[in-house]
Amino acid sequence: MGMTMSQKILAKHAGLESVREGQLIKAKLDMVLGNDITSPVAINEFNKAGFGGVFDKDKISLVMDHFAPNKDIKAATQCKQCREFAGKYDITNYYDVGDMGIEHALLPEKGLIGPGELCIGADSHTCTYGALGAFSTGVGSTDMAAGMATGEAWFKVPSAIKFNLTGKLNKYVSGKDVILHIIGMIGVDGALYQSMEFTGEGLKSLSIDDRLCIANMAIEAGAKNGIFEVDEITMAYMKERADRDFDIFKADDDAVYSKVIDIDLSTVKQTVSFPHLPENTKTTDEITEDIKIDQVVIGSCTNGRISDMRIAAEILKDKHIAKGVRCIVIPGTQKVYLQCVKEGLAEIFINAGCVFSTPTCGPCLGGHMGILAAGERAVSTTNRNFVGRMGHIDSEVYLASPAVAAASAIAGKITGIQ
Amino acid sequence: MKAHGTVHKYGDNVDTDVIIPARYLNTADHKELASHCMEDIDKDFVKNVKEGDIIVANMNFGCGSSREHAPIAIKASGISCVIASTFARIFYRNSINIGLAILECDEAAKDIENGNEVEVDFDTGIITNITKGCTYKAEPFPEFIKDIISKGGLLNSLK
Repeated sequence: MGMTMSQKILAKHAGLESVREGQLIKAKLDMVLGNDITSPVAINEFNKAGFGGVFDKDKISLVMDHFAPNKDIKAATQCKQCREFAGKYDITNYYDVGDMGIEHALLPEKGLIGPGELCIGADSHTCTYGALGAFSTGVGSTDMAAGMATGEAWFKVPSAIKFNLTGKLNKYVSGKDVILHIIGMIGVDGALYQSMEFTGEGLKSLSIDDRLCIANMAIEAGAKNGIFEVDEITMAYMKERADRDFDIFKADDDAVYSKVIDIDLSTVKQTVSFPHLPENTKTTDEITEDIKIDQVVIGSCTNGRISDMRIAAEILKDKHIAKGVRCIVIPGTQKVYLQCVKEGLAEIFINAGCVFSTPTCGPCLGGHMGILAAGERAVSTTNRNFVGRMGHIDSEVYLASPAVAAASAIAGKITGIQ
Repeated sequence: MKAHGTVHKYGDNVDTDVIIPARYLNTADHKELASHCMEDIDKDFVKNVKEGDIIVANMNFGCGSSREHAPIAIKASGISCVIASTFARIFYRNSINIGLAILECDEAAKDIENGNEVEVDFDTGIITNITKGCTYKAEPFPEFIKDIISKGGLLNSLK
């Protein structure tokens, strides 16, 4: 029986000829990731278990991004604990304020994950790296601790849903609209325990930034991982960032899928997820009522990349955001931040009345840098709109693309852009 | 091994942001996390929960963030077992890894009501609703997972 892309990567890393759905395996890891809120729990467990050292100091990434720059004394203490651990074990890929970025924007940018590799991260959006043809999935802190010590993790081999993409996205429609459209279609548990595998001739019109955004939100459909077939676009991206060799896995022709879903990218419209689940989607042309907003957030591991900044700036150029709206723009990494400065995007944002922040996860998870009060409403390019996600339990988050978010900031209400 | 307690019942898609809001993730202290458990979905939970109580919910329990703080907060608040129709996969994995007992049983999840007194036998997978006088059968764990649990969690199983 044929294997999916995900199954082939798992088999390779488990040292097996083949694996089948439901099989429990132990596999060797190419990268283990943690951040400033999940790593402290992992470090406590690592120390408690009495491990003598880490399996490979080059294959662990610790990124201080969630509550950094430190939002309070407790957050500072957690970052300090990570810093000391990284120092003690000489962790190569430790990223602190000054060279950090939002982890899932940073690791691909640095070339730390690539095609055919296997990564676990103590953060649910670790599934982002599937955009590059890796098998990458979110786990908890105990798995991270075990991974750091042994370089291995246990997996239940997933089945998969195949997404066959055709056509080409229209102007102002992006990867964000594609993934919101898909989650609206299959629901927040529509891919529970499964892989979402993206393939088809439509891939060639999707940039790496679009793919990273789509894979990032696979978890919001309950998926174990999202993964894209590797093509020239992937290899061109990797060539600029890494000089190691990669194994490229394509699904077998007779691979078995629980479902095959065809998506014509030219039919995808600008899409918004209404509170309080990502599956509550409407296209912008279906929104007939005036939904007034208090805040807009443009950034995050979903949409904090340079193409996101560019599209937002294109829309905000020579305009001003509506009176009474606060617009917070957060580039995903230091490199993206600097690009924004050099390309004049930072100036466009500030002239439009936005604030332009250092990289941080910040408001996405209600941490800091833009918390909502009771009754307030935000349009955000982030990935979750659960109750209380960005602040008070009586606040609301509407998920959208950078284009829709920027257009909404100008209008003062949720709106699409033609 | 058995669990016996009063049920706290919830619906579909209980996410880890309501189980333990991110504003409290600046600590890894188990007791402090427990003091905010379920705060954004049930502000009286912390006041009402007793040692041994059981959480029952419907589809996709524990969806969202991978924060292990969520099962830690539930376990540290005294909950002996979580029963749901389905669990989000990272929450499921984290619960096994830290030794929080969880069971998938759609029949039990649909029938059990808030405040019911319930007993769970983990060896047989039989869930008894003492209040209603009926039983349900949960899927038992695979051997691989039983082994992790019997050794006291993932890290102990590696030693």
